[in-house]
Amino acid sequence: MSAFLIGEAMTGGYGGADILHDCTIAVEKGEIAVIVGPNGAGKSTAMKAVFGMLRLREGRVRLAGEDITALSPQARVGKGMGFVPQTSNIFPSMSVEENLEMGAFIRKDDFRATMEQVYELFPILRDKRRQAAGELSGGQRQQVAVGRALMTQPSVLMLDEPTAGVSPIVMDELFDRIIEIARTGISILMVEQNARQALEIADKGYVLVQGANRYTDTGKALLADPDVRKSFLGG
Amino acid sequence: MEPLNALVSVTNFMLIPAFAYGSQLALGALGITLIFSILRFAHFAHGDTMALGTAAVIGGTFFLQAQGIGIQPLPTALLALPFGILVMVGYLLAADRLVYRYYRKVKAKPMIFVMASLGVMFVTNGITRLFMGVSETRFEDGQRFIFTVREFRDFTGLAEGMALRSAQAITIITALVVMVILFWFLNRTRAGKSMRAYSDNEDLALLSGINPERVVVITWTITAILLVLAGTLYGLDKGFRPFNYFQLLLPMFAAAILGGLGSPLGAIVGAYVVAFAEMGITFAWRRVLTYLAPEGMEPSSMMQLLPVDYKFAVTFAILVIVLLFRPTGIFKGKVL
Repeated sequence: MSAFLIGEAMTGGYGGADILHDCTIAVEKGEIAVIVGPNGAGKSTAMKAVFGMLRLREGRVRLAGEDITALSPQARVGKGMGFVPQTSNIFPSMSVEENLEMGAFIRKDDFRATMEQVYELFPILRDKRRQAAGELSGGQRQQVAVGRALMTQPSVLMLDEPTAGVSPIVMDELFDRIIEIARTGISILMVEQNARQALEIADKGYVLVQGANRYTDTGKALLADPDVRKSFLGG
Repeated sequence: MEPLNALVSVTNFMLIPAFAYGSQLALGALGITLIFSILRFAHFAHGDTMALGTAAVIGGTFFLQAQGIGIQPLPTALLALPFGILVMVGYLLAADRLVYRYYRKVKAKPMIFVMASLGVMFVTNGITRLFMGVSETRFEDGQRFIFTVREFRDFTGLAEGMALRSAQAITIITALVVMVILFWFLNRTRAGKSMRAYSDNEDLALLSGINPERVVVITWTITAILLVLAGTLYGLDKGFRPFNYFQLLLPMFAAAILGGLGSPLGAIVGAYVVAFAEMGITFAWRRVLTYLAPEGMEPSSMMQLLPVDYKFAVTFAILVIVLLFRPTGIFKGKVL
């Protein structure tokens, strides 16, 4: 395998029993990979393992061919990985613009052009840039969170349930934006609760069950697979 | 009725002293609120650290005076401030290295931190007394008054006089300048914003590449500056006695909680509210009311709600009322 980012044969947990069992997640350059599965399947855990927030007992993580298994999450950000946690993913008392500035904290160069790109991607943020991020609606907060992660100009963007708790309209809107981001060449790896919609936009889908790969295929193929439909997509 | 005399009297005996006292409290409360929002614990050693900082400034002042160095008409203590600040930055960073850093590493509960700071408080208190003793030290020099009661009376021809002491004027001006600089720092600079980010969301700050140890060092440094300023200004105004500084802990915490813990603006507003409440309730209003009352209705008592000795009871009452009815404070801070 020579995927751009790959968590290969990952086994591990938060101390105690393993949560992931020989789990492999990969994403190609500029593609969207989606991890779906039932509650407690280890979806978020798999993503955190790829990001280094979990100590792996076995397996490794490679980014653009380089082994990054031993790196801390912060070091991985420096290597071009962006991560949007599921909750507490903004600085609530700081303005939208300051949130973006903090996203660019490690950059020493001029990041105004990147901020401009984020504002073009999420025009509403430009209107609200002086407002405290904590005062925004759920969908707008997610935009701030994604925008913050984009400020480091990552090559991979990892999203942990970006549409959790937002309305269906906002969800469609967010997915559209995510497709747009992928078109700029950024690989997207995301965990999604709304499996059907997520697989529709996915180039690659991973169905996890109990911390192990159950089905892996293109998004379309998984949607068409009667077993997957019956077990995970509600028919 | 002589409203003008009433105004002059209340300004002289209450408003000016309360404003100066409030400014001193505000500088202290700002430190408490910063430590609470960034290091996430109630810093009980605040009052005694303030005393030690002031002691360092006094030491520097005496040294400068012995060398015959001064900045007439301003107090020599202002010249010794940088020395005091330097000593306290060192002291607080050492305390952090030796005590607090360990608890941060093991992710101790806030209450453990509070107890640790209580220990630091006792040690600091001991060091201060070792150098300064327990009695009062006066270190104010330079010109004592901007204008005196007599000068004011001669100038205005009013029956009541008003004086403005240099220490009070210096306190108020310094506090306002420091507050402006602090807000500029927190809202406009990269380091200040990283402090706010760390206070808002520690994990995300880490993810964004903000170095927590750096934030901690900056926080202690700012706290040291605020502490030494507040302590020195208080000492210039009222004389230095270590026990008084320990007692300042209550009004400073009351101010920070009343304003909303974690909110710098709240700490300032809270400090002035506490100062004016303390002074207003323990102030003998007789003189002022005599000027205001119609002929023959002058009050015969002191018109003082509480004796001055009970001023901390006022603060304590404010603290209890805030905790009972609005624990987040005026500006929606965090709950202790």
